[in-house]
Amino acid sequence: MPALARRPAMSTRREVLYFAVRNRKLVIGLSVVLAFVVIAVVGPFLARYSPNTIGPDVRMAPSAAHWLGTTSFGEDVFSQFVYGLQNTFVVGLLGGGIAASAGMVVGFVSGYRGGWIDEILNMITNVFLVIPTFAVLLIIAAYLTVRGVVVEAVFIGLTSWPWAARAIRAQTFSLGGREFIGIARLSGLSSWRIIFTEIAPNMASYLFMTFILLFGGAILIAATLDFIGLGPTTGGSLGLMMNRAVLWSALQFGMWWWFIPPGVAIMGVVGGLYVMNVGLDEVFNPRLRAM
Amino acid sequence: MRSYFSRKLVTYGLTFFVAVTIDWAIPRLMPGNPIQGLIARMTLPPGASQAVTAYYEKVYGLNQPIWHQYLSFWTGLIHGNLGQSIYVVGSPVSSVIAQALPYTLGLLVPAILLGWYAGNKVGAMAARRKVLDNTVLPAGYLLTATPYMWLALLLAWVFGSVLRILPLAGGSTFGMPPSFSWPFIESLLQHWFLPFASLFLVGFGGWAIGMRNVIIYELEADYAHYLEALGAPQRLIRRYAFRNAMLPQITGLALAIGAVVAGALVTEIVFAYPGLGSLVFNAILNSDYFLLQGIFLFIIIGVLIANFVVDVVYVLVDPRTRIGMQGGRT
Repeated sequence: MPALARRPAMSTRREVLYFAVRNRKLVIGLSVVLAFVVIAVVGPFLARYSPNTIGPDVRMAPSAAHWLGTTSFGEDVFSQFVYGLQNTFVVGLLGGGIAASAGMVVGFVSGYRGGWIDEILNMITNVFLVIPTFAVLLIIAAYLTVRGVVVEAVFIGLTSWPWAARAIRAQTFSLGGREFIGIARLSGLSSWRIIFTEIAPNMASYLFMTFILLFGGAILIAATLDFIGLGPTTGGSLGLMMNRAVLWSALQFGMWWWFIPPGVAIMGVVGGLYVMNVGLDEVFNPRLRAM
Repeated sequence: MRSYFSRKLVTYGLTFFVAVTIDWAIPRLMPGNPIQGLIARMTLPPGASQAVTAYYEKVYGLNQPIWHQYLSFWTGLIHGNLGQSIYVVGSPVSSVIAQALPYTLGLLVPAILLGWYAGNKVGAMAARRKVLDNTVLPAGYLLTATPYMWLALLLAWVFGSVLRILPLAGGSTFGMPPSFSWPFIESLLQHWFLPFASLFLVGFGGWAIGMRNVIIYELEADYAHYLEALGAPQRLIRRYAFRNAMLPQITGLALAIGAVVAGALVTEIVFAYPGLGSLVFNAILNSDYFLLQGIFLFIIIGVLIANFVVDVVYVLVDPRTRIGMQGGRT
């Protein structure tokens, strides 16, 4: 009996893998993201300067000594880039993770329990969906005198869950009406057990894709906050590089090496994640595979 | 339909209430004191800081009980009194914002509407058409993944710094007095174009992808297959699919407005465009918290109004809401 029960699971897993390695979007997206992960991990060993050391070579174009040139203060752009990239991944993982968890809790409870709990949670979700979260982050960050990457990620996570909660609620709602959930309920399982052992596994692919979108979104929000001047006061970031490039007239001096690399990295990571997501959608959803 | 609107209005009312409360509470919850910061920036004779602190606390009512502060915050708000700006010395916050608002709206409204329209059209054309799809899809994903300020920087660098076709910064030629003459309008348009273009492009990419994906789902729907089996021309099927695909795109527009506003803020900073974005930037640089709080309220009100307009449009477009869909179930 166990062997029989396990066989379909094995074959679907193999099937997913079969389509995953053959899906161009998934492979391309994943490779781009992984390439930037490698740069973020290996980069610090290659960087020969510390990111915020002021050096004698000011406004130098990329050369053998400074791979990505120097800033108006003689700081090495490559070092700043590498450390900023690391923080980008930290913000994305942490912010996206918190947002996904919050969205799951609200979405599951709201969609499974229904009734007045659903009414209240739905109202809260709708309110936070309409509030421009960026403006809220702006106010919060402006009043924090000391900001770290982690604090920034936590606030981004706590403000970007609503659409995920709404989407997960709708999915839970449709799953909750199925027969196997009714049987699980009859067998006397607790609500949380049903949510985590019956509902969540059946929408695992959907949850994972939600996390990826939140991951990319958190990176973009963080870059925007940093650019506006509300980034981490301790440690650098890609958005902060662009902020300083604009403040110190990199445009007027034509110092493209100061503001092009951070943007390329953000666009690469977020774009890679988005394209990967479409690929995953095609792998998990047989109806989309035909094309 | 009435219950649909009353539900929406309750949500908006609650949202506004929550937003104003956040705006009031955060400065009081956060460590540090804006007045301390303000005094640190002044050069005062020794011993005077005590008196100045007391003066400012009285002016801003910080020495009153909390509930009183909260009530007077609301009465001030209703009277349009948002306090005095520190960065623009001697001007009330509301008039500083009123000066910047036309520039921001002039950027945002065309960029949102045109980006949405063009994105939907191109996305619908690209769906299930190999050649077009293979160009629109990657371009769209790159554009939505681009941070607004970076696209703005790129455009500014290429057109303003390298090619020198369009101005790099400002809202109009420096020193030119505002008037209804052609040279001034021309200068306004020249300065407007690049910030508009960067907002437009990012939005365009997102809408094109969204539309393409929804159309593909719609073309897989039973009614599309049925029409196909009846021998209906592809154009007709596509037109039906487009109409159905518009609905999620309209809902999406409401959700996207907040993000576009954030994009407009940073785009303005890149171009030193004299709208709300530059105001936010300077308010942060100069620790002008009253100005920041005022801008926050304006953004909230603007986004709420825009959401309400989208809701009205949705009812006009979707006959099902008119018959009596409750709006709560998604």
